[in-house]
Amino acid sequence: MSTTTANAPKSMADKAAEYGLKADEYQVILDRLGREPNDVELGVFSVMWSEHCSYKSSRLHLRKFPVTGPRVICGPGENAGVIDIDDGQACIFKMESHNHPSFIEPYQGAATGVGGIMRDVFTMGARPVALLNALRFGEPGHPKTRRLVEGVVSGIGGYGNCVGVPTVAGETNFHSGYNGNILVNAMCVGLADADKIFYSAAPEPGLPVVYFGSKTGRDGIHGATMSSAEFSEDSEEKRPTVQVGDPFAEKLLIEATLELMASGAVAAIQDMGAAGLTSSSVEMAGKGGLGIILDLDKVPQREVNMTAYEMMLSESQERMLAILKPGREEDGYRIFKKWGLDAAVIGETNTTGRIVLMHHGEVVCDLPLSPLSDDAPLYDRPWVEPAQEPELHASEVPVAPVGDALLKIMSCPDMASKRWLWEQYDRHVMADTLSDSSTGHDAGMVRVHGTRKALAVTSDCTPRYVKANPYEGGKQAVAEAWRNLTAVGAEPIAITDNLNFGNPEKPEIMGQIVRAIDGMAEACRELDFPVVSGNVSLYNETNGIAIPPTPTVGAVGLLKDYDQRIGFNKVRPGQVLLLVGETKGEMGSTLYLREVFGLEIGAPPKVDLESEKANGVLVRRLIKTGVAKGVHDLSDGGLLCAAADMALASKVGLELKNPSDLDDHIFAFAEDQARYLVAVDEAAAHLVIAQAAEAEVPVAVVGVATGTDLIYAGLCVSLERLRETNEAWLPAYMAGKA
Amino acid sequence: MKAAVLVFPGSNCDRDCKTAVETSVNGKVEMVWHQETELPSGLDLIVIPGGFSYGDYLRCGAMASQSPVMAAVKREAERGVSVLGICNGFQILCESGLLPGALLRNSGLKYVCKPIELTIENRTTRFTNAYGNKQTVWMTQGNGDGNFFADADTLKAIEDNDQVVFRYVENPNGSMNNIAGIINKAGNVLGMMPHPDRAFEDALGSADGAPMFKSLLKAAVAA
Repeated sequence: MSTTTANAPKSMADKAAEYGLKADEYQVILDRLGREPNDVELGVFSVMWSEHCSYKSSRLHLRKFPVTGPRVICGPGENAGVIDIDDGQACIFKMESHNHPSFIEPYQGAATGVGGIMRDVFTMGARPVALLNALRFGEPGHPKTRRLVEGVVSGIGGYGNCVGVPTVAGETNFHSGYNGNILVNAMCVGLADADKIFYSAAPEPGLPVVYFGSKTGRDGIHGATMSSAEFSEDSEEKRPTVQVGDPFAEKLLIEATLELMASGAVAAIQDMGAAGLTSSSVEMAGKGGLGIILDLDKVPQREVNMTAYEMMLSESQERMLAILKPGREEDGYRIFKKWGLDAAVIGETNTTGRIVLMHHGEVVCDLPLSPLSDDAPLYDRPWVEPAQEPELHASEVPVAPVGDALLKIMSCPDMASKRWLWEQYDRHVMADTLSDSSTGHDAGMVRVHGTRKALAVTSDCTPRYVKANPYEGGKQAVAEAWRNLTAVGAEPIAITDNLNFGNPEKPEIMGQIVRAIDGMAEACRELDFPVVSGNVSLYNETNGIAIPPTPTVGAVGLLKDYDQRIGFNKVRPGQVLLLVGETKGEMGSTLYLREVFGLEIGAPPKVDLESEKANGVLVRRLIKTGVAKGVHDLSDGGLLCAAADMALASKVGLELKNPSDLDDHIFAFAEDQARYLVAVDEAAAHLVIAQAAEAEVPVAVVGVATGTDLIYAGLCVSLERLRETNEAWLPAYMAGKA
Repeated sequence: MKAAVLVFPGSNCDRDCKTAVETSVNGKVEMVWHQETELPSGLDLIVIPGGFSYGDYLRCGAMASQSPVMAAVKREAERGVSVLGICNGFQILCESGLLPGALLRNSGLKYVCKPIELTIENRTTRFTNAYGNKQTVWMTQGNGDGNFFADADTLKAIEDNDQVVFRYVENPNGSMNNIAGIINKAGNVLGMMPHPDRAFEDALGSADGAPMFKSLLKAAVAA
């Protein structure tokens, strides 16, 4: 510890470094202002220019994503993406990470992650109708993992259940690569009228700026900055930067916001998320090309003697900032009073192009707005082609008895039933849930209330593929999301991406980011699956060790008639099983190698986007015409694990065979992409084969539904044993017994 | 049928209850805010929906039981109007003294959300008489405090008077005597933890909640 400077006042340059600004970034501030910023101004710059708010390392590459399409109403840049779902209705959705806070304080970190993503959606005028979450934890044996799982799951449930939005889908992985940095990615999907979408740009000067929601406290100060830095041993000391959530306040905020919007009083609106009052006021005025003045004395405060700096950087939850139409303040107050929310007019828009903050009658901040956004750093960070796993030769794949391998894979932490988690989530509130994590479908589905339509939602990423080959892995994440929507009968429409990586200042990590984005962009283009919103979480590193690259894809599809939905839960005895798609025997980076032999080697399966599209189109047609009686996409664990899922969900035995030239263990566990297991009535099988031939889609008869066992190549396991194996691990682990 | 659905700050199944009544029996439903001191006249049914009234930061349902609208509900209940409390609504009815017993934290100490099978213990009530000979029904349940408790004398009285309307086939939360739903002695106030308001159409996984609203319609027509 330095003793010489302990009592000396810190220079602004030192403070800038402490707030996370680099020396050259600080120099830009000095140049733009022509003077030293004061503490409040420096705070404003530091959060606006944080990685979290400015996307300074990723922005250049995010431009590669296709962001338009016939159904895109609003792409990236607003609080959430908006798509057209016909009949004058729109779906608004986004996924966002709350990784850093969840690692430090799992319950509140996860809870406020859910709260924050819901606000992004209802800020635009949508009622939230579905939640998803993608969770990555460290290896089960790591001393922190169990407590983190417990806290994160309770936090997600505690918040979403209380607000009353069903949690219908998600994914959970465990890997040592997340020991020091877990990932909590939450997605919210909402519904709005397409002509009643609300945006954040202030439309004109002279309008009142209204604060409403919870009071501002000292929690979460510099959360955005904390989320833009690596962890070290002392990261636990950052607990005070984690916000505290109040789901009841969020529920009131949703109702009040939607009522305020319906009253016609809202000119522009923005939630206070990361960087709270700072980013909301800067963005509203900046996007509108206007200026803004705020009187901080009027901000509802939870604590006494808060400084301007604390108020501007607080990330207290459940707060909104709205710009009202002229003379509509009374409408606002009536609604806020009804819902018991604090509210105050705290400022006004003007034409100055500046943000001016008053506190105790003095100007405590006076900054031009344009440098905050326009001059935000934009880095073309150096990158190197990331290391790639080489192709595996068939002779390098060790052979295990198929039955042993199946039971091992179906009971491994990634594949074991997550019932322990999702039984803590309300999956049915709103009374429109058609499928959820428990029902045996590849995507969650909720009805568009009062219509025959439904939305299908999924979240996907296979980090081990991305690690082995960021480009192919990026493609695969998008393709699997598309496939999961297809497999329930939905038309895939658009995605939100949540890019989780390590430190972008390291060229090899930057290489993962660049190549994963390339792969995702390629898949999005080929599959007509634009990106409409997203979030980037970098610096997921502890003591210099980065997480596996994890670009999570959240996707939404549309069913025009929910009676045409399908799952893998209603396969009946006598039905024939068809494998749609080609099996070349891709064994690199498979669960088979990892779970049976502890090998994390080999190039991941290649994603042929043309086959992906053709195979998906055929499957959707089989669903629409009622020919398909059960559909499951093939992913982790390959054909045999998909068959096991299907058998368990449908409570029927399956007798499978290997019609290929591949060895039995390879045909069973290869993870070739663009494949589906489809059950059809026996009489229909030959028609399907003919249709597939016409569409040039490979299809093979691989079995039949019968009895109460799963049978394949000498393996015969009862569904009862399979179910026990699949259900046992997580509850035992959480009870400290596994 | 004319029904009112109460809305407390934090109610989150209010719309579900409205939709369930409308879909099941084409009932006319009014939403009634917690600060109202009078209910609409001529009601056949008052539904107290699920959710987290006032955040349930005190005991579940405790604050709602003291709200202005609950005083009006008590008056209507005394006049014989049907009152159905679901989930948080059941908790509010117990806290209000309109039903005996209390709902404690689930024995597993966690929120439990799952489809659940119930036996119909009393099919002669105005809430259950349209179930015919159906022995068991499926509905989903989602709560953290659904563990029914009553002292020995109260429990005996509930059983002796045939006030248990639904029992769990497999007890999910430690409820005494597997109790999932009870009715008051007069037979017009029912509280239950499972959700008939999420089980009124096959698309939702079960339509077993619909006969409850059909039963109530029959009662309304007969009255």
